[in-house]
Amino acid sequence: MSQSLGVITPQLLQVENPLTLSSGAQLPRYDLIYETYGELNADASNAILVCHALSGDHHVAGEDANGKPGWWDGYIGPGKPVDTDKFFVVCSNNLGGCRGSTGPTSINPETGKVYGPDFPMMTCRDWVNSQNELRKHLGIEQWAALIGGSMGGMQVLQWAIDYPDKLRHALVIAAAPKLSAQNIAFNEVARRAIMTDPEFHGGRYIENDTIPKQGLSLARMLGHLTYLSDDMMGSKFGRELREDKLQYNYEVEFQVESYLRYQGEKFATKQNFDANTYLLMTKALDYFDPAAEFDHDLTKALAQATADFLVVSFTSDWRFSPQRSHEIVKALLDNDANVSYAEVESEHGHDAFLLPNEHYEAVFRAYMQKLINELPENDQNGDKK
Amino acid sequence: MNRISPEFKLISDWITPNSRVLDLGCGDGQLLKHLIDTYSITGYGMELDPQKNVQAIQKGINVIQSDLNNHDLCEYFDEDSFDFVIMTQALQVVSRPDELLDDMLAIGKQCIITFPNFGHWRMRLQLLTNGRMPETDTLPYHWYDTPNIHMCTFNDFEDLCEEKGLEVVARTVVNAEHRTSLGMRIAPNLLGEVALYKVQKKS
Repeated sequence: MSQSLGVITPQLLQVENPLTLSSGAQLPRYDLIYETYGELNADASNAILVCHALSGDHHVAGEDANGKPGWWDGYIGPGKPVDTDKFFVVCSNNLGGCRGSTGPTSINPETGKVYGPDFPMMTCRDWVNSQNELRKHLGIEQWAALIGGSMGGMQVLQWAIDYPDKLRHALVIAAAPKLSAQNIAFNEVARRAIMTDPEFHGGRYIENDTIPKQGLSLARMLGHLTYLSDDMMGSKFGRELREDKLQYNYEVEFQVESYLRYQGEKFATKQNFDANTYLLMTKALDYFDPAAEFDHDLTKALAQATADFLVVSFTSDWRFSPQRSHEIVKALLDNDANVSYAEVESEHGHDAFLLPNEHYEAVFRAYMQKLINELPENDQNGDKK
Repeated sequence: MNRISPEFKLISDWITPNSRVLDLGCGDGQLLKHLIDTYSITGYGMELDPQKNVQAIQKGINVIQSDLNNHDLCEYFDEDSFDFVIMTQALQVVSRPDELLDDMLAIGKQCIITFPNFGHWRMRLQLLTNGRMPETDTLPYHWYDTPNIHMCTFNDFEDLCEEKGLEVVARTVVNAEHRTSLGMRIAPNLLGEVALYKVQKKS
């Protein structure tokens, strides 16, 4: 049934129009790197944009040149919930990222040097505006759906508010309408870990030929902790020791310590994630608050939206708990919007939105089937191939 | 047209076209789908069961996954948000039916409720002759595995309505096949197996 998309080659969009950012700064020109899967139909009505989360990128499905599967490959592909035999799926690396879109590791055209810490601050709205350029470039008048988990879900909300007529469906998964003080606090600790690394050099580590690996790895360890649930860590590691007995020192003694260090190391070295990008993305998360300009009333903010919504949360997600999704659902209900809400039972914490789960997959599939039924080729004679 | 259950047919007769409807414990969304298709209503379903939720989404219904015991109703909806709040065969499974009824009447102008009658003669007879909890076609459970934790009779329900100052606008009493008879109209609490009530706050 479901098969792989095979090897995907990323594409590049060079936008020559300047982009005015929420901060007031301007990017004179910028690159967006993106991947597409499936084929755009004749009237361009089957296009879906997937928005990525904090450390994600444009490689959402299929394999990259090194054979690495996309971060949502389990859910996007032929015969999968987001069926690429029916939909034309697009995912781009956010501006400020470090996977090919213009970001802190790019060359600043004004100085000829790497941007580093001089790269302007980004917000969800800035990302949405840049993704809207990609929409125009691809010749898509209206997305069939916007789909995103976590920070990606926030971009979907921002799209629904800022460009209501540019999307028919909004799938907001494991997201929140804004960060809580606790969320911001976690982000701040992660940033301090990076910024206080002696190899950070005020963000000019590339010019200094260093990388703040320790800080980045600590930031990732902390982030990772908040994505997991106590139950899941308990069942996976318990208090299991690496050696037979306690060593009474500060080396790795418990398996969970080993796991966290491994995750941090991997992120800082193998994945080679840019520290400035990490700082910038966490800040963008902190800034996200679409209700702020509507008297801090989410109902008013979402009054702009005309899309149909699917909101999904996960029971053990304490970073963006089901309660946070209820806030979104409540605001949509206040506006009499078409909305469905699923609360998926999972022990995997915030990470659950990326993992296999029967109920999650069924909800996703059922909702996407509704979209397929709306496509023009399925209008007349039922499920025409 | 899709075939719908006789109970849903009876409920549909009480619904005004183009109204706003909330269906609590909406299951796979069959009733809402019927009301949307034939009466152009708008609204939502609420359902706890994940599988039924998925079936409702497949039908294109707006369904909010929710546990009716959590008092989510007033969290999600403002007063008088709906013309009708429907709850079929679920009153007896919630932890506080009296409180849920309050919530339903707060957010809806009229409520339609259906539930099985524990005062039916076969119940009475089984308890009287066997000295054991009754098991019938409408209530096919053992006492220990039944989801029905608050069984009541039609008389009990009407007492509750009276206590809460609710007016019974309409009532239909039927047997397990959703047919009515002269006997059921004369002695509903003895002969009726399922009742459909339409209630509202006394003006």
